[in-house]
Formats: sequence, structure tokens, C-alpha cells
Amino acid sequence: MSRLVVERRPRPSRWLSWAAPPLALLATLLAGALLFGLSGHDPLAALRAWFVSPLASLYGLGELGVKATPLVLVGTGLALGFRAGVWNIGAEGQLTVGAIAAGLVALATWGTEGAWIFPAMLAAGVLGGMAWAAVPAELRVRLGVNEILVSLMLVYVADLLLKALVFGPLKDPEGYGFPQSRLFDTPALAPILVPGTRLHLGALLALAAVLLAWAFTARTLGGFAWRVQGLAPRAARYAGFAEGRIVRLSFAVSGGLAGLAGALEVAGPIGQLLPSVSPGYGFTAIIVAFLGRLHPAGVLVAALVVALAYIGGENAQIEAGLPEAVTGVFQGLLLFFLLAAEFLVHYRIRRRGPAAAPRTSASSAETAA
Amino acid sequence: MATAVSVVMAATPLLLAAIGELVVERAGVLNLGVEGMMLAGAVAGFAAALATGTPLAGVLAAALAGMGLALVFALLALFLLANQVATGLALTIFGTGLTALAGQPLVGRSVSRLAPLFPEGLRELPVVGPLLFGHDPLVYLAWLLVPATALFLFRTRAGTVLRACGENHEAAHALGHPVRRVRLLAVLFGGATAGLAGGFLSLVYTPMWVEGMTAGRGWIALALVVFAAWRPWRVLAGALLFGGVGILQLHAQGLGLVAIPSQYLSMLPYLATILVLVLIHAGPWRRRLEAPACLGRPFLPPS
Repeated sequence: MSRLVVERRPRPSRWLSWAAPPLALLATLLAGALLFGLSGHDPLAALRAWFVSPLASLYGLGELGVKATPLVLVGTGLALGFRAGVWNIGAEGQLTVGAIAAGLVALATWGTEGAWIFPAMLAAGVLGGMAWAAVPAELRVRLGVNEILVSLMLVYVADLLLKALVFGPLKDPEGYGFPQSRLFDTPALAPILVPGTRLHLGALLALAAVLLAWAFTARTLGGFAWRVQGLAPRAARYAGFAEGRIVRLSFAVSGGLAGLAGALEVAGPIGQLLPSVSPGYGFTAIIVAFLGRLHPAGVLVAALVVALAYIGGENAQIEAGLPEAVTGVFQGLLLFFLLAAEFLVHYRIRRRGPAAAPRTSASSAETAA
Repeated sequence: MATAVSVVMAATPLLLAAIGELVVERAGVLNLGVEGMMLAGAVAGFAAALATGTPLAGVLAAALAGMGLALVFALLALFLLANQVATGLALTIFGTGLTALAGQPLVGRSVSRLAPLFPEGLRELPVVGPLLFGHDPLVYLAWLLVPATALFLFRTRAGTVLRACGENHEAAHALGHPVRRVRLLAVLFGGATAGLAGGFLSLVYTPMWVEGMTAGRGWIALALVVFAAWRPWRVLAGALLFGGVGILQLHAQGLGLVAIPSQYLSMLPYLATILVLVLIHAGPWRRRLEAPACLGRPFLPPS
């Protein structure tokens, strides 16, 4: 009698590691179609509203870039950290603080002219995000506090801080009491790249971030230390790579990029401070990072796919009458399928005959590494 | 006295979720999906109570919904050896979306609460009546789980096996213990209590369904397990402490005593969580803060 056994591949399967993300996407689409069918919607119409119609116009393509921009920025930073085994789960909070910092600059300079205002907003956003990310980084390095919990708690704090400001001191004096700031003045708005769309300068900055991250991970010793840290923390320590520095850098980079994304959101498509400045980009970027297999180029592709799902979600609300929450279901499903596909990259299932070798624990040491 | 009663109420969902996660982590598994499982319990419990008219059906549905999501986690993290941090996050993201979708028809509805456990005579005793006898049955269940979990983990053979799986899964396997089955059961137990915690929120505490109504309590419960250094009685102390912070904030807001905008007061539970994590890591007692040695590490039985 033969039985099936799971064993670790000697090295990860190369073609499967390429095929895993598209496979997971396909599985998500099938599951989604099934879900629509079960809930009484026409699956094909829903999927068309979701993934085809947004791409049918120049404006739609521009929107794709607008939504992908924060996902690329945050996802690139997170992917760097995840590679090193640093879990910044609070990018949403860092994005929010970046938006607040940029908004403060925009509102403080309201009514003045100056080409320096927009760059100053971006700088403020980066610094704000870095400052917010420095808290979990320092607490982990100095005291060993779990960075997941601290960065996540700070998401709630940042969200409340933004609300306190727009319900309070930053409320538009001529806004009829609505909880929102003044509309930013022209010098505080991101330049539009393609007339007739909302695609703004941030898209180029996102591309630059991808290229820089790519160059860093592939070409420098720092990038190598980074990967070793994530793959084998003890080996990294023997090699003299400082864990504390990698944790701090991971948080500084991912926090700074999240802050930049927040600054670009308020300077770009939003144009003012609102009680909420992000539909969960900071959390979605976690999925983007994994979908992109923690590689900068992969993150770029993944961000475009997930951005399409975002726009499609809004579109499907209008065209097919689906609730907005479906987007979250899709994102969760996608991450589940990705994680399941990851199994096939690292392990294989083999049929083992009755004459197979007796049970040994020789391979357990390898598994534990 | 009314304050003490409300602290107990606020502590209960944290206690339920944290005691389950404690068992999960003692078995060597880190499930960060508590928030998602709580939401699933909240929405399923509310929907079932509304559909059947029996609050008890709601409680059962809440536990089952939590277990359902926990099963997904177990499949991915235990049997497909997926990264536990990422799987837990996926569970929370999925749970948040799914419950927002499933809960849409439930917004604005209300359900009746569970029948009280003790006779009216006891409940209306002066001073101690409401505090000792007046609570919802789920509150007593939550409190009973503390000694029960402590007894199970430290006084029974099964509990020893569970802890062995968390401390050294290779050794546990070599001794012939079914590591993955033990972990599966622990994860399902954690799902059930997280579901109950959510059910308590939607069936007793509010009682209604609001999207995202757990408001980070699942994450605070995770912090509580660290705070408690993986010991059941300290989870109880921590839950009361955090429940107290929440009530303090509500009182300060209600009285309008402080000229601080409500949002700053609402930050208190989250800031308190960070502060407590810092204190337990910074104090002289940090040496005793030993997590189960195999926490978060996947286990593939050698074949």
C-alpha cells in the first residue's frame, strides 16, 4: 500500500514561484464568481464590471495609476521589511500621519505662493511616517517589544488623531461645520501628469521607489545582509550584520514611504484633509507585498492588479449593485490562495511505496532551520 | 458598584479572546486572526439570534463561526505550513470584509439577551447582587474558563502534552504525540472563544451589529497574552485592567469633566496597551517573559 508524503523540496521550485501569484489570482476569481453566483448576482456581469470596464477609458487607466501609487509606495517599503523578518503591520497609521503632516504644511501656507510648498509637504509626509514608525522600531530594538502589536495599536491612534484635528482645529472655518479642512491651495496640489485624468506626479515617485529598492536589494551588501537577516537570523548575527540597524532601517524606509503615500493622497486625489484619507491602503499593501513575492518589480505588478480590484469594486457597486465590502473579501481570499500556493513552491507531495525507507528524523533538522 | 459591573462587562470579551489565544500560543501557534474571528462570531451570533429568536442559538453560532475561520487558519498554517503571521493577517482582512458584507441586512436590528442565570432575589441583593449574580451567563463562562484553563494546562496530562508541543515540537513528536492534531484542537478552541467574545459584543454588550464593532479588541487580546506571560490568571488581571481603562475613558467622556476632545480619550486603550507592553519588557521581571519556544514555527512531521 502506498501513501502520500509531504517533503521539503531541496530548493524552492523556480517555475512554481513564478506561477504561484497568477494561480492564486485565478483561484480568487473563480471563488469570487462562485460567491457572486451564490448570492444571486450574474457572475460574468460582475466580473466584467470588476476587471474589464475600468480599463475601457483613458480616465479609467488614470484612476488605475492613482490607486496603484500608494499601494506601490507602501508595498515596496513593506516588502523590504518582510524580507528581513520585520513585521510593520501599521503602515496605515504611518500613511495617516504622513497625510496629517503634509496637510499641516498645506494649511499653514494657505493663501501664499511658492514652488517649495509641494516638496515641503512631501518631506513633511515622509518625516511624519518615519516618526510614527520609529516608535515600534525603537521599542523592538531597545526592549524587545513585539513590533506587530505596537505598530498596529498606533494605527488606531493615528486615525483618532486625524479625526480630532479635522473635527477640531483644522476644520474649515467656512465649511458649514463639516468635519473637513479647507481645500488646499494650488501650490499645495500635486501636478497632474496626463490632462483629463487624475494621474499625478506621485506615480513617477512610486516608480522611482521601485527602481531604488530593486537596486538596493540586488546590488548592494546592505541588501544582502537584509535578505540573510530574514532567511537565517542566526547566520546574520555570526556574519556581523546588526539586527537592530536592519529593524530601524526597515521601519524608517517603510514608514517613510507610507508617509509619502499619505502626503500624495491629500495633495493628489483628495486635495484636503478628511476624517479618513485612505480606504485601507496600508493593510492592502501587505497583500500587495506578498502577491509581488516581496520583490520590488513584483510589487509594482501586484499593485496594478490590486488597484484594478479597488476600482472594480467601486464600479461593481454602481453597475452590478454589489456592496463595497466585497473588495475586502476578495483581498482576504487572494491572500489565502497565495499562502496556499506558497506551499507548492517549497514542498512536494510524493507517493511512497511499502518498501520505502523506515521513518527517520533526519529531515527534521532541515525543517527546523 | 455600577462602575465595577461595567468594568466586568468591558473585560469579558477581552478575557474570552485572550484565554483562547493563550491556549493556542501555548501549543506553539501564533494566530493573529483574533480580530477577524471575533467579527465573524459577532455577526454570526447576531444573525442566528435574530433568525431563531433564541439568544442561545446566537451564542452557539458565534462559537461555530469563530471555529470556522480558525479551521481555515489551521489548514493553511498547520497543514500547508504557511507563514503564521501572514495567515493570521489574512484571516483578519478576510473576516473584516466578509462580516461587513454579511452584516449589511443586520444593521439597525436588535435582539433579546440571554436569560439571567440567577433568580431575581439574588440579583437584587443590595450592593453585591448586580456584581455577583446579575451578569449575563457568558460573563460567568468567561471567568470559569480561567481556572479551567489553568487546571487543564498545568494539572492534566493533555495540558502537559499541549505545552510540550509549544516548547519543543520535535521532541513531542519523537515521544509519539500528534503535534499537528494537538495544535489543530488548540486553534479550534481559540476560534471558539474568539467567536464567543465577538458574540458577547453583538448579543450582550451593545447589543446590536455594527461594522467593525470589535474596534481592535482582538489585537488588544493578543497584547494581553504577552502581558500575562502566557499564564491564565494574569490574563484575568490584564482583562480587568484593560476593561477598566475603557470604562475610565467612557466615564471621562460622559461626564464632560475634561476639556479634551473625545478622540484623544478614545486613544487611551491603545496607548495603554503600548504602555503596558513597554512596562513588562522594561521592568526587572522581564526575565520571566518567556514565550513558548516553538511559537510561530511551522512543523512538518518527519516521514
